[in-house]
Amino acid sequence: MLKTLSASLIMLAAAALPAYAADPDPKNWDAVLAEAEGQTVYFHAWGGETRINDYIAWAGRTVKERHGVRVVHVKVTDTAGVVSKILAEKAAGREAGGAVDLVWINGENFVALKDAGMLLDRPWASELPNYRFVDETGKPTVLTDFTVPVDGREAPWGMAKLVFFHDTAVLADPPKSAAALLDWAKANPGRFTYPQPPDFVGSSFLKQVLYELAPDPAVLTRPTDDETFKKATTQFFAYLDDLTPHLWRQGRAYPQNYGSMRQLLADSEVDITFAFNPADASNAIANNELPDTVRSYVFDAGTIANSHFLAIPFNANAKAGAMVLADFMMSPEAQARKQDPNVWGDPTVLDVAALAGDDRKRFEALDLGIATLPPEKLGLALLEPHTSWLKRLEIEWARRYGVNQ
Amino acid sequence: MSDMDTAGAKTGLTLDKAEITLNGDRLAAVDAHISPGEILTVMGPSGSGKSTLLAYVAGFLDPVFSATGRIRLNGLDVTALPPERRGMGLLFQDPLLFPHLSVGGNLMFGLTPAIKGHAARHQAVEAALSYVGMDDFLDRDPATLSGGQRARVALMRTLLSKPEALLLDEPFSKLDTARRGQVRDLVFAEARQRGLPVLLVTHDAVDARAAGGPCIELA
Amino acid sequence: MLRLVPAGAFLVLIGPVLAGLLGAALPAFGYLPAIGGKNLSLGPFGDLAAMPGLLRSCGLSLAIGLITTVISYAIVVLFIAGWRGTRLFGAMERLVSPLLSVPHAAAAFGLAFLIAPSGFLVRLVSPWLTGWDRPPDFLIVNDSLGLAMMAGLIVKEIPFLLLVSLAALPQIRAAQFGHVTASLGYGRIAGFVFGVLPALYRQIRLPVFAVLAYATSVVDVALILGPTTPPPLAVRVLQWQADPDLAMRFVAAAGALLQLAVTGLGLLVWVFGEKATARLCAVLYATGRRGKDDKVWRRLAVTLMSASAFIVLAGIALLALWSIAGLWRYPDLLPDSLTLGVWMRSLPGLTSPLINAVVIGISSSLAATAIALGALEYEARAGVTPTIRALVALYLPLLVPQIAFLLGLNVVFTWAYLDGRLVALVLVHLVFVFPYVLLSLADPWRAWDRRYGLMARALRHGPDAVFWRIRLPMLLRPVLTAAAVGFAVSIGLYLPTLMIGAGRWPTITTEAVALAAGGDRRVIGATALLQALLPFAGFALALGIPALLFRDRRAMRPAA
Repeated sequence: MLKTLSASLIMLAAAALPAYAADPDPKNWDAVLAEAEGQTVYFHAWGGETRINDYIAWAGRTVKERHGVRVVHVKVTDTAGVVSKILAEKAAGREAGGAVDLVWINGENFVALKDAGMLLDRPWASELPNYRFVDETGKPTVLTDFTVPVDGREAPWGMAKLVFFHDTAVLADPPKSAAALLDWAKANPGRFTYPQPPDFVGSSFLKQVLYELAPDPAVLTRPTDDETFKKATTQFFAYLDDLTPHLWRQGRAYPQNYGSMRQLLADSEVDITFAFNPADASNAIANNELPDTVRSYVFDAGTIANSHFLAIPFNANAKAGAMVLADFMMSPEAQARKQDPNVWGDPTVLDVAALAGDDRKRFEALDLGIATLPPEKLGLALLEPHTSWLKRLEIEWARRYGVNQ
Repeated sequence: MSDMDTAGAKTGLTLDKAEITLNGDRLAAVDAHISPGEILTVMGPSGSGKSTLLAYVAGFLDPVFSATGRIRLNGLDVTALPPERRGMGLLFQDPLLFPHLSVGGNLMFGLTPAIKGHAARHQAVEAALSYVGMDDFLDRDPATLSGGQRARVALMRTLLSKPEALLLDEPFSKLDTARRGQVRDLVFAEARQRGLPVLLVTHDAVDARAAGGPCIELA
Repeated sequence: MLRLVPAGAFLVLIGPVLAGLLGAALPAFGYLPAIGGKNLSLGPFGDLAAMPGLLRSCGLSLAIGLITTVISYAIVVLFIAGWRGTRLFGAMERLVSPLLSVPHAAAAFGLAFLIAPSGFLVRLVSPWLTGWDRPPDFLIVNDSLGLAMMAGLIVKEIPFLLLVSLAALPQIRAAQFGHVTASLGYGRIAGFVFGVLPALYRQIRLPVFAVLAYATSVVDVALILGPTTPPPLAVRVLQWQADPDLAMRFVAAAGALLQLAVTGLGLLVWVFGEKATARLCAVLYATGRRGKDDKVWRRLAVTLMSASAFIVLAGIALLALWSIAGLWRYPDLLPDSLTLGVWMRSLPGLTSPLINAVVIGISSSLAATAIALGALEYEARAGVTPTIRALVALYLPLLVPQIAFLLGLNVVFTWAYLDGRLVALVLVHLVFVFPYVLLSLADPWRAWDRRYGLMARALRHGPDAVFWRIRLPMLLRPVLTAAAVGFAVSIGLYLPTLMIGAGRWPTITTEAVALAAGGDRRVIGATALLQALLPFAGFALALGIPALLFRDRRAMRPAA
């Protein structure tokens, strides 16, 4: 009696203590599964799209059924808020039991967390069972996130590529290069805009144009300095100076994000929009947001491409559960469902050709929707420039156009 | 409470060198004794401190004032007691019937806890209404009463609390001339009949004459 | 016990704000060891000063705050002055009161769709009258001067100022004063302005300050309607805060302190404005002009008042229509088809956020009401008047922009292992809810005729019985209204809920804001309606319960 009591007391104490125990080891997957069972994973992910929320809810239900891991989708408006939360925990000295177990992330936010030592410090992602299907050769962006090596600190979740949309009812032949865009904008003033940097999609448009106008695009993948930046962007800013007066509202106002830019297309205020999800237009048509005359296209010289990931903070409370969820998210089953435009339409990170028969068929059976380009027509993938470029681009943009009175 | 009287103490209300000052200026000073059934009238123009004097006797003096002297009621020094333990019944120029209670509810709130039991309390309230000719008014909304009716309910509410003295602060000034005399006679008659010492503050000489007792003028 | 309430209230209010401010001030001076800031310096302020367009952002915040406050206050005063006591006044009061429960962001979205070049008003006359087959490229929403933003704020502040004024009018015996000035031959408006307004203004001065502080630091309305090149300061602080480059957190913290200074400057300007206006009024007084011919002003007042009510109502109606709209493109006046798709998809996920919002809202508003009652009762019994210190504490959470202290507060709560706990969340809500509750309650509570209490004491009842059996029931309506105001404030809180709740307690508002990021008007419409529903229900109960309890008590009815 006394023995069981003291034993349960010790267990209680152990449960109450923050988990200073060793981090779960994905190479011993059965142990991870065992530890994960009964855990609750707080998955912090952008919650702006009902269909994405629904997909996450489906994944949560499935992981609950199969592995006993409860998933709570914490819907955030901005990943920076999650970074703030982790930062606050670090500042408060909380080394374990953190509020964030898994976060949807990429690019600058990943780099910020990685540099500040606020991510789970082991190559856990590449050790997950389903990582073996990831297409490292065909999709190099799963290895370098904005030129920074991923090092297994985040698990690839989806592929993004800048894709443009136009309403064929008013614009049959859209401009497919930066130069053509300028000519078209001059002939059709007020019919084009882009989300105001530092919005992610808006900044990506800047990078897209910079790729075409930089004298030597190869410098973009390396850290920059004043000299290099100035040389590479002289033409680029001359271009923007030309373009801006012909933008929607003459560049005196910009949409705040790609959602509000899509609304502008729906309202016939602009004729072209773009997004990082090739299926965005098909989805929007299905939701009655856009007319079914909208189609996708990409620039002839290729468009910016990147991947998005799932990361575990250094002090996550349910690391094993987070790994189980991240692993499931990489499974052919979950990836195929995610690529279905009726569900979400987010392209897979897996090497579909290398999958076994049944899993491959899941992908082949997908109907991508009328406004979605098939993967082979998405054109060349331009790699994200080094993050130092983005920072300078945003500051310079704000100085030149952000206070445009 | 009067059985707590100490030997030799006078019954009635005593203002023993009561003096009220504001920032060192003397506002009012009264040294008087009011016998049971007697009405002491304090007269003076507005601002003369007569209402302040009344508040002091009742136990509500605003802390900005300072007061000296003692207040005794039936021999008991009440100067340090809170208002609810002084036994001073109060009537203002407004009847101040509680608007969220019925007429009966107002009387019930006043009725002394000494009367116990639902039936007995109910009966006491009904008897009081009947006494002032207001049978069937038990469930009425006070807001629907006439001015004279309100004054009568207010008087009965105070009397039901079994006060040992009455303090009247211009209680008739808001009534029209026809009602004023009636209500005044009723209040004075009740006070005399119950042997209550009465302190009346007013600026109306007619009130003072009708009271028939001693009169102090404040400048 | 009661003695401890004011001190406790003081701690509840000022503690978190000071802790949060300290948490913002340290990084503003370069101290945040978690990301390498180990020494105090003025560096962050230097970086802040180098931000392009900083002065213009500050100027926008200041100007928008002041102009919004002046205009909404003027409309409310003109309307009360010109129409008090009329049938139209009562009708307008009933029309405007429910608008208080419309969330600011929802009203802003509605307004944006109403006035945009592709919006409803243009569609009404296009293309048949205007010839616009495509929406014209006019800068209306997000204009550089912030006119659209001011309009969006004004239409939402008018109901607030009108209601606080209506609550104050009976206490200052406005009706009697009105008769006096009328008998002296003054016109309605002039009589009100000379005779009643000074007393009224004293009563509503602090709510006016709150409007000013809010308008100088608002984020959500600014994001929807405000200028973008550059945006007002608060939006920029939020952007720096959200910058992936963690070094920008220092600039954001410095910006938060700057926002505090801008709001403070706004209040200072306002106080000078008060003095100048008083001088001006004294001069006008002395002329003895009666201002009898005020027909134009009265018409203007009712026009502006109805226009503001119309804008909010039409905006909400349009959002409601959007929530069931199929394809709805320019220049179609109405949607192609109707569908319940968005509702069917959103509702299942919104039940628990609705319940969370109600739980947090009720807990915090009831706690705030109880503390406010305790503090007021203590004040009454001890005969003390609120000190400057208490007033500063009360207003700190309203005057200090949220973004200025939430990050710091987050660190404090995280450090105490309180983040993500319901009790912590209720506590943080309390910080914001309490000032509004006390604001709404203090004036009616203090204006209560104390002679009722004296009478009850003379009837041999102790102070507790007086409180429970007389004062509380008599003031039930203002008490419940104050609780409903607190509930509405709690429902509307976004940043504190998200940060301190650590995602464990999603509410209808955090979900609505998250979904609004997708930009789909259908979803925005559906969530905004749900968001407005809760405060509306709160106000309905606050009016309904006393009306039912005191249905046979004429003097307990709201003054007609």
